[in-house]
Amino acid sequence: MVQWTDFERQTIQSIFGKMDYDDVGPAALSRCLVVYPWTQRYFGNFGNLYNAAAIQGNPKVAAHGKTVLHGLVRAVKNMDDIKTTYAELSVLHSEKLRVDPDNFRLLADCLTIVVAARMGADFTADVQGAFQKFLAVVVSSLGRQYH
Amino acid sequence: PGAEKWLTNTFTQTCAVRPSRHSTFTHSTSATGYNMLTKHEKELIAKIWDKMIPVASDIGAECLLRMMTTFPGTKTYFAHLDIRPGSPHLRSHGKKIVLAIAECSKDISSMMVTLAPLQTLHAYKLRIDPCNFKLLCHCILVTLAAHMGDEFNPVAHAAMDKYLSAFAAVLAEKYR
Repeated sequence: MVQWTDFERQTIQSIFGKMDYDDVGPAALSRCLVVYPWTQRYFGNFGNLYNAAAIQGNPKVAAHGKTVLHGLVRAVKNMDDIKTTYAELSVLHSEKLRVDPDNFRLLADCLTIVVAARMGADFTADVQGAFQKFLAVVVSSLGRQYH
Repeated sequence: PGAEKWLTNTFTQTCAVRPSRHSTFTHSTSATGYNMLTKHEKELIAKIWDKMIPVASDIGAECLLRMMTTFPGTKTYFAHLDIRPGSPHLRSHGKKIVLAIAECSKDISSMMVTLAPLQTLHAYKLRIDPCNFKLLCHCILVTLAAHMGDEFNPVAHAAMDKYLSAFAAVLAEKYR
């Protein structure tokens, strides 16, 4: 089981408690599609992803970004058993969606950068460490049911 | 220049080739960033780093601190330095790194020439495992985001990520 320090727990609850999911979700997903364009392979039916402006304005991307971030909240609420929390989602991503698990890390990196841009100086090295540790556990849990 | 732009646009549109996730490009022309970056992106990158030069110690120290906090394995390379937050070692070492990246950004097409001495240093003396370069690159992106906020938009982020990946790949070229 993952050991969390008090600082790490507080940091995660605080960041997600103050976050506007409907802003951050779309921002993170659209950023991922712009910075790592090959991730667009999973979104063939999303319409216009032709350039950065199109991606950032695309309503399907925005909607999906919100879905993903609200999904992350489940881990925030169950920090002591993220593995079990995401077992079904992991199977879904592996067997039905067939998403390369490396993409989880790419999206996590983009989410980190979006949060850093929103929080500025408050996103200290220690806060970043806690945030990335949390995301690393999420990424690992989502990749666990790939066989 | 026309061919370069075509190549970049084709890459981003067709996404036909997925770069290795273990980053270091082995083909030297893609490693220079020459084919990966448009003229606009190169200007954007140079502009951003130009602003970092006067605060190189602060920015550099922050990048290193973020890296060593988030990825503790990277601390193993700094047994000879005082790496506590605010330490003068962190600031002077960070400054060197930021200035090298900034200098190179002024003429990205000449990257292979500009970085030749650093290539030798990293390959034969420092021998930092190149997997760590992308950890530092990520922390540089986070630092830029924290300082620039919304100005570090997805287009700037993409350009900067490509530049830093190319920089790291060139740095690793003499390893073997």
